[in-house]
Amino acid sequence: MTGHNWTRASVNWFKYSSPQTFFPLAAKLVPWFGAAAALLCVAGLYIGFFVAPTDAQQGEAYRIIFIHVPAAWMSMFIYVVMAFWAGAGLVFNTRLSGMMASALAPSGALMTFIALWTGALWGKPTWGTWWVWDARLTSELILLFLYFGFMALQAAIDNPRRADKAGAVLALTGVVNIPIIYFSVQWWNTLHQGASVSLKSAPSMAATMFAGMIVMALGFWMYSIAAALLRVRCIILEREHRSDWVAQHMGTLK
Amino acid sequence: MLEAANLECVRGDRRLFSGLGFSLSGGELLRVAGANGSGKTSLLRIVCGLLSPAEGEVRWRGSSIRSLREEYWKEIVYLGHSNAVKDELTAAENLTVACTLAGMKVDRGLVLAALHRFGLAECAALPSKALSQGQRRRVSLARLILSENLPLWILDEPFTALDAAAVDYVRTLIAQHVARGAAVVFTTHQEAEIVGTMSTLDLDTWAN
Amino acid sequence: MLTALRCVIYRDLLLAMRRRADVLTALLFFVIVVSLFPLGVGPEANLLRTIAPGVIWVAALLASMLSLTRMFSADHADGTLEQMLLSAAPLGAIVIAKVIAHWLVSGLPLVLIAPILALQFDLNQSLLWVLTLSLLIGTPVLSLIGAIGAALTLGLRGGGILLSLLVLPLYVPVLIIGAGTVDIASAGLSAQAHFLVLGAFLVVAAVFAPWAVAAALRISAE
Repeated sequence: MTGHNWTRASVNWFKYSSPQTFFPLAAKLVPWFGAAAALLCVAGLYIGFFVAPTDAQQGEAYRIIFIHVPAAWMSMFIYVVMAFWAGAGLVFNTRLSGMMASALAPSGALMTFIALWTGALWGKPTWGTWWVWDARLTSELILLFLYFGFMALQAAIDNPRRADKAGAVLALTGVVNIPIIYFSVQWWNTLHQGASVSLKSAPSMAATMFAGMIVMALGFWMYSIAAALLRVRCIILEREHRSDWVAQHMGTLK
Repeated sequence: MLEAANLECVRGDRRLFSGLGFSLSGGELLRVAGANGSGKTSLLRIVCGLLSPAEGEVRWRGSSIRSLREEYWKEIVYLGHSNAVKDELTAAENLTVACTLAGMKVDRGLVLAALHRFGLAECAALPSKALSQGQRRRVSLARLILSENLPLWILDEPFTALDAAAVDYVRTLIAQHVARGAAVVFTTHQEAEIVGTMSTLDLDTWAN
Repeated sequence: MLTALRCVIYRDLLLAMRRRADVLTALLFFVIVVSLFPLGVGPEANLLRTIAPGVIWVAALLASMLSLTRMFSADHADGTLEQMLLSAAPLGAIVIAKVIAHWLVSGLPLVLIAPILALQFDLNQSLLWVLTLSLLIGTPVLSLIGAIGAALTLGLRGGGILLSLLVLPLYVPVLIIGAGTVDIASAGLSAQAHFLVLGAFLVVAAVFAPWAVAAALRISAE
């Protein structure tokens, strides 16, 4: 993010709440976020694979947490951000907010899927099984269903304005539910399994491990922003394809 | 009393109308005209608050209907394309439910009298699935008889499926209501000869 | 407002009575699904006793979901919903009335028949009561949450399948705590905490769901 863009945006923030003015701004921001994502991910992976010490109990297999944990963090964070944009669209009736929420959903689902996938990969050498009904894995699975529900609902509605608003109601319902789901799943888990297997048996964390995860999480964050901005540009073009400025824009591309 | 300012309506990819405005005071009758698909129903739905316009607002006695909500709906009757008549309920039950939802207090006597005036006396206790399209329309229109004190009627194609006598009767009802000092907005494909001052809003001139 | 509430409940019950077949199908579905499980997993009494609460709860979840699609769709199709949206009474109150009616018609029968089905699974008598009570508190929550999904998917392509995708993940806490009451009681512990949590779900859902449903219904009218 350049200071140049930031100051201009803060002068008249609402200027950029219109899809037409946001479209070129997003184009300028994407490379910056993309570059930051690449740098941070490379740095995070370097710390994770070469700097962080080998774990005494789990050996090298544990290193997958440098992808697993940041992806899990982002999966929840993106849902909250998505609900925020959706809610803002509902309250202020701004079109761009709804588009932003729709653009974030696939990134969130991707992060959730990565977290589940790497969780399974970690589970095999650590617990000897691909899947355990661990509280966090289970909540993560339900979160994936919530993302799918959001995307399926929006896909089923032809009218984009209704799709935005209906998605917003669903996202807000989901955001109220996520903590409830998480705690009930945790309760269920302790009731049925005791403490036999749990992610809590993860190694106590060294400072370098923590640093690696933070850097990776920042990298995933920047990636999500870049991906969402790219996606929102497509959504803007699709929704505004009848307007004059899109025609002009497409004209200059030819 | 009723004002619409700078209304714009977009359905799908089409902009039906934009910059549309009108105002209506008590004792006035407004006919919304236009070709099929010109947005007559959408305009009526915007005016009664079911649909929010892409731009502009509708005001009732000076305040936006979006902030008035129930205060506004308490004072209007909207009869849409669909009759809101349930197959499994009798004509009398349907009318009672419609009036109760609208916040009116009605008893069985009033409901039966209203149905009687619309020529539905024999059908009052029949399940509505036995009724013809025209009779269902009458059940839904019978609410107008019980809504004489409401200052705004919004009627979408009230004459559809009615026979000549019923059309005449509805015209009389509308004329009487306007004469009482209330406002009526309606659409119709048939030639409406309603006594009194009627203005026409032709949506084709607002289309773009 | 109370008049409208009473009127809508009365109307929906009347409609349900005149369309009894619909109500009975959902109930039969519940009975059949529960009865299929022993055929699938075998008649071993201990196993059946262990899975009974989960099976009955999941079947109740599915049965109450089946009837959700009907909650608003008939009113939507014949224009009654428009009149409800333009009602002089707050839409939230009408929504509460619709949910109460839905529960009385499709939730309460499940609660009443559940003890008989639980006998097939050889649950002992005290657990029978725990199960019934958990369903009594839990099924209204299902109706409330389900109403949000029903309102959101109103008039959409593939509404029924979409509805299950939206609603089932949100049912998870109710399922866990509801079935958990029986599990914990069968372990000889007090299920009081579970019941309190279930009650808290009911309160939270009763406060927030009508708002969300009302908003979703207004959106669906556009």
